[in-house]
Formats: sequence, C-alpha cells, structure tokens
Amino acid sequence: MSSELADQAEETAKSEDGPPSPATGGDGRPGARGFTEALLDAVTSGNTVTVTVLAFLCAIFLGGLIIAFTNTTVLHAWGNLFSAPGKAFATAWDTAAGAYVAMFEGAIVNPHAVSAAFHGGPVSTVFNPLSETAVNATPIILTGLAVAVAFRAGLFNIGAASQFIGGAMIAGWIGFAVHLPFILHAAVAVAGGLVGGAVVGGAVGFLKARTGAHEVIVTIMSNYVMEYLLLYLLGLTAFRRPGNPNPISPPIATNAVLPHLFGSTLRVNVGFLIALAAAAAVWWVLNRTTIGFELRTVGSNPRAARSAGMSPERTWIVVMLLAGALAGLAGAAVVQGTNFNVAPQIYGTYTVDSITVALLGRASPTGTVLASLLFGALRAGGVTMQASTQVPVDIVTVIEALIVLFVAAPPLMRAVFRLREPRAGGGEQLEARGWGG
Amino acid sequence: MTVASASVVAARRTITVERRVVIGGLLVVLGLLDALVFGYLSPPGHAVFSFTLTGAAVSVPNLSVTPRPVCVALGALSCVIGAGYVGFRLSRIARRVAAGVCVAALAVAFLCWADAGRIPLPFTSLLSTTVDSAIPLMLGALSGCLCERSGVINVAIEGQLLTGAFGAAVVASAFGSIWLGLLAGPLCGVLIAALLGLFALRYRVDQIVLGIVLDLFASGITAYLYDAALVPFANRLNSPATFGAYKIPLLGDIPIVGPVLFDSTIFLYITYVAIFAVQVGLFSTRWGLRVRSVGEHPTAADTVGINVNATRWRNVLLGGAVAGIGGAYLTIGSVGAFGKTMSSGLGFIALAAMIFGRWTPLGGVAAALLFGFMTALSGVLGTINSPIPSDVLLMFPYVATIVAVAGLVGRGRPPKADGQPYIKT
Repeated sequence: MSSELADQAEETAKSEDGPPSPATGGDGRPGARGFTEALLDAVTSGNTVTVTVLAFLCAIFLGGLIIAFTNTTVLHAWGNLFSAPGKAFATAWDTAAGAYVAMFEGAIVNPHAVSAAFHGGPVSTVFNPLSETAVNATPIILTGLAVAVAFRAGLFNIGAASQFIGGAMIAGWIGFAVHLPFILHAAVAVAGGLVGGAVVGGAVGFLKARTGAHEVIVTIMSNYVMEYLLLYLLGLTAFRRPGNPNPISPPIATNAVLPHLFGSTLRVNVGFLIALAAAAAVWWVLNRTTIGFELRTVGSNPRAARSAGMSPERTWIVVMLLAGALAGLAGAAVVQGTNFNVAPQIYGTYTVDSITVALLGRASPTGTVLASLLFGALRAGGVTMQASTQVPVDIVTVIEALIVLFVAAPPLMRAVFRLREPRAGGGEQLEARGWGG
Repeated sequence: MTVASASVVAARRTITVERRVVIGGLLVVLGLLDALVFGYLSPPGHAVFSFTLTGAAVSVPNLSVTPRPVCVALGALSCVIGAGYVGFRLSRIARRVAAGVCVAALAVAFLCWADAGRIPLPFTSLLSTTVDSAIPLMLGALSGCLCERSGVINVAIEGQLLTGAFGAAVVASAFGSIWLGLLAGPLCGVLIAALLGLFALRYRVDQIVLGIVLDLFASGITAYLYDAALVPFANRLNSPATFGAYKIPLLGDIPIVGPVLFDSTIFLYITYVAIFAVQVGLFSTRWGLRVRSVGEHPTAADTVGINVNATRWRNVLLGGAVAGIGGAYLTIGSVGAFGKTMSSGLGFIALAAMIFGRWTPLGGVAAALLFGFMTALSGVLGTINSPIPSDVLLMFPYVATIVAVAGLVGRGRPPKADGQPYIKT
C-alpha cells in the first residue's frame, strides 16, 4: 500500500475528528493530555485503515513463520539448506500456506464442498464454514460491544468474563430450572442473562462512582471472583447435574434453546441475530439518545461534562450496566445457542478477545462487529486447521495478540513499512495512562 | 532534610483520628467474629493441631484445644487491641503488629472452628504449603514493584511466569541440567519484559492494554509450542528433573519454624534474597532513590541528570527476570513438566498482592503470603473433610483486592507517574 494512500486515510480520519481539544487533561496535570480524551482520539479515529491492514498482514506473516519453523519436515529441510536451498523454502512455504488454506476452508468456504454440492452433495456443507464463523463471532461481538461502549465513556472494561459468567449463570438456571412454553422460555432466559451481566457490570460502575476504585483493577479481580463463584455454584446440588460427578449444570430445556436459523445442520442460531441487533442498538444509543451523548461527553472530558450539568458518576454506573448487559447477553447466547449447559471454563478467552476486537474496531459498533467476524473466522478456521494439518489451534491466539500489538503501535508499522508520519502529531494511537486515571 | 519534607514524613507516619476509629473498629469487629461466630457456632469436640512432620528431628506433641474458650479468648484479645488502636497514638510498627495479631487470631479461631471434632489438622504442613505456594506470588509481586516503582505498569507478570516456566522446563530437560533451567527461566521472563519495554517505552503503547496482550501472546505461544513440540518430544523436551529440598543445618531442625522456612528448594532461598535486595535496594540505596524519583516525577529526575527511560528499561528487564524465576519454580521447583496455561492466574494474584501491599516490596510479600495461606488452607480443609467450599477461599485474594482499591481499609497510592510514558521535551 502506498504512503500517499496512507496519508489520505490519515487525513480522512483527522477531518472527522472535529476541532482540536484543549491541551490540559481531565486529571488537572498541565501539559499532560487527559487520558479519556487521548483514549477516545486513539480508539475512535486513531489507527488508520492502513495500519490495521498492515498489522493484520504482519501478524499473518509472523504466524506463518512460527507454523513453518516448528514443523519437523521444514526444520529438516532447512538443515540441508546449502545442499537444497529451493526445497528448504518450498517446504516452509507449503507448510504455512497449507495451514492458512485449511483455515480459510474452515472459516469461509471449502472448494471441495462446493464441487460436491454441484454433484448432488448436501448444500448445507457449503455454508457450514460461514455458519461456524458466525457462531464463533456471536459472543465476541457481544463482549466486544461491552468493552467498546465502556471505552466511549472513558472506562476500560477488562471484566467481560465476569459479566459473561453472570449472564450465563442466570440464563442457564432459568433454562434448566424453570418450565415455560417455547419462545417465551428462550426470551425469559435471554433477559435473565442480560440482567445477570448488568448486575456484575453495574457493581463495578457503582464502586467506581462511589469510591473511585479503579475499574481496571476491579474488573480484573471480578473475573476471578466470578470464576470461583461459578465453580462454587456448580458444586451445589441446585446447580449440579444429578448423577454426574463433574461440575456441570443440567442441560437446559429444549424450549429455552435458541432456534437455528437455517435448519439443524448449521449451528448458526438466533444468538447471531441478537448480537447484530445489539450492535445496532448500541449504535443508536451512542448516536441518537441523550444518554449516549452524555456518555460520549463524559468520555471526552469529564470536567466539561460536569460543568455542563452532567454527572460522570451516574454515567459510569449507566455505562457499566449497559456493558454488563451486553456481555451477559453473550453468556446467554453461548448457553442457549451452542453449549446448552453451564460448565466451568464456559467464559473461554472472551476477556481478551473482547478487548482485542474493541481496539481493532476502534470502539465503534460497526468496527467491533467487523473485527469480531474476523476473529470468529480465525477461531472457526483454526479448528479446521488443527484437524486437517495438525497445526495446533493456539497459533490463532498468537496471531490475535500480534495483530493487537501492531495495531496499538502505529509508529512501529510506519517504521517497518517506511510510511510517512501523519502531519499533526499525537492522537493516532492509544495513549498510555496510569492506575490513577 | 528540609523542614517541609520532614513534616511530610511526619504526616505519613501518623494517621488521622477517623482512620484510627475505622481501623480500630474493624479490629473489634474481627474480635467479635472470633468470639461470637467461630466461638459459639463451633461444633462440639476438640480441635487438634499436629505440628510434627514425618522424619523431623525434634517432635512436638499434638495440641488439642476446646474451640469455644480459645475463640472467645482470641476475640477478647482482638477487641482489646482494637480499643487500644482507637485510644492511643500508636507508632507505625505498633499499628502493623496490632493488625497482624488480629488477623492471625482470626485465622487461628477459624482453624479451631473448622477442625472441631475432625481429624488432626496438619498445622506445620499448612504453613509450609503456604510458603511454597506463595513463592511465585512473592516473586511476581516483587517484579511488579520493580516495574511500577519506576513508572511502568506490569500487567504482564502472568506472561512472564508462564514463559519462565516453559523455558526452565524445556532447557532443563533438553540439556539435562536443572541449573541451566534455573538460568533459562529468568531469561524467558526477560524476553516478555523486553517486549513490554519496547512497546511501552519506545512506542508508548498503553501499558495496561500491552500487558494484557503480552499475557495473551505468552499463553498462545507456549500453548502452541507445547502442542507442536513438547507433546511429540515429551521425553526429550518436557521431562525435567526438579530441585529437591535443601535443609539449612541447625535452622532447619527448629520445630515448626524450621520445616516451614529453612527446609525448602533453592527457590525459597532465592526469594529471601530477592525480598531483601528489592526492599533495601529501593529504600536504602542511591539506585532505589533514583528509581522511585523516576516513578514519581520523571521530569524532576531528568532535570537532575537521571536517564529516565534507561532506568525504566533496567527495572522492567530486572522485573522480568524476577518473575521468570517465579515461573521456573512452577516447573523445575515443583511439578517438573510444563503444562498448558499452568500459571492459571497466579500472575494476576501477584499483581493483586502488589496492589494490596500498596506498591511496597514487604507489603506485597505479606499479601502474597496471605493469599498463599488461602490456597494452602483450601487444600488442607479438603483433607480434613471440612464443609467449607474451597472455591470461596480461593476467591478471597480477589475480593480482598477489590475491597482494598475501594478504599474501605485505606487506599493504596500508586507511584504518581505509573503507566505514563516519559517524553523528553
């Protein structure tokens, strides 16, 4: 990608920025840029499309190197580098490319399935990869929104797992312990999940508003508190599957299962629609309501918000309730859409995934959805890759980490690809802050 | 010392009357908890504590107590101490001793209640497990102190522990030498620390985001390499020897104290050295003064000629090495073989311990021991068939940290410039 294009993209991003903001921060240190202001600049308009794309390519490239050079065949060929240099490079390329092709086939479309469908095979297998991508993306979209919406209010929500667990516990309990007719049961359980997540998230907001406890520390700790609470509950008779020694809840009632969208062979279910609807709702709240306006104002500058008669404390509570509700929905979507019970480790890696997609999507609902779909595809493809090429699925985690590492450091990407610096300095990356912010 | 700074120091050594009332009141509440909850609700029967480990040189007879009077006595003691706390201006050391005695009384009352009418509770082994499970936490907390006192937030302790554990196991196994493994652990911790330093100090990435991403990276890369290399070549790459316990002559034979503090692997002795070095280094040397000045006010430090970013780089790498030793303990100091995500949140408990200990080495170590005690206790309660669920005990470190940052027991104050990159103007 040319540097002119990059500059153009920077310009576009800048022009959407609005007027430059004053140089004093919300924390009153003269000269230091306020954290929330910098965060918003960084997350919403900072990283250009160029940097994001380059970061993705770099991560894929490094991931390919790791895949190639942990393969015994490749290492053997490189042992004979000087006698057969062509073979050394060819095996390395084949190994990495083979893994990525398998990943693509598992995430987007598998040509073999397409040709089989033309010759009378089942059509559903053609769409299975996309269905898996959507299934994997669903909880990431919802937890990602939970982080993104908090970002917009200047809060850093590292507690997606805790809120997810809150939602999963309530949704699961309603699912297996209550008996209601079809649709209504599923809806009540989803609503329960929403409330469960909101309670956990809201508690963080309340603590921050009342005592000033730093939300980063509180949310990190709340993840572990909720994980142990989940383990504790799964040990109680009320929550445990009868006759099963493992800590696992009874299966939820069939009435509480979220229906499949395209027949029972494809796993994609109503949960995906809930996620997309939630993204639309978040967009609407952020851009078309008074609460959203207050939220963004508090995120930009809490002191200005306060002098305009808004209450940052109230906004923190509201936004954490909202964030918790979104992550709680993710818990409900997983319990009712794919797992059908509550088990330990159900929260997966959503804490980090959610932060990653929110950063990648620049804290906008649309960006978060797109980034989540990408990560859903990586996850779905990773499973296929491991099955067909024996490359461990954990490489996906490495690639995710690398993407965010590179996205968070535009100067590195610019140095590697010799891009020009944007004309006006600052604002293009997530500025650092301390615990005190 | 100028008058102004002397008065600041004096202000930090005394506390306000309100705080005295709040903390003293809390100690009285703890005392009432001892007496009323644990004392009066304890089931009938004796609580028996056994002190002698098998093979000890000096054997100590088992102690059998009736829980109720003991709990009431401990509660009364806590109440008296609490009243004294409110009534008198105690010195800083006396305040800490008072709080420590009350917490210990609570722990003993709890143990009496939990063991009443059950099989003997192995007290010495409980303490010994406490210290052992606190080793990675103490080292992690020291790593956090080293970084954050210089103004760099280290949320990557978890990643440093994990890579340290991985490197130590692989190197010790591949070269057949645990000593090389002991060297490789800190080096792998330094690798993650170098990434932390590079992105935090050079590219000024938000350090909390960065720490989380590095934890993700470390867990991904070690899990990937585990599946790709350690599983197929388990014999060659993942079957390290482990360090045995080394009993210090004489000291190790002291009843109770000896087996707990002076009869352990080399990692415990390294931890002693590290605690001493970090505490004395940070607060009694020129190096420490410079580090702290960089963490509190980098501009001022720069003005007097201290190289801010070089100081931070040094501390970040040093912190990575310390946490890497903690990681090495997880493999070659205890179980041997590396397992996927084997640090399982220990890095975050270490972070919690450091915050709970108010960004001081000794505070962090004390918190790490408290959290280690909770872990050890959950195991021991399982062996004596106590009905208390272990999950609730394991939850304790995190709840305690939330309570601490919410300021209910006096809020810690991070270094002023913690997490803010320094840009020379």
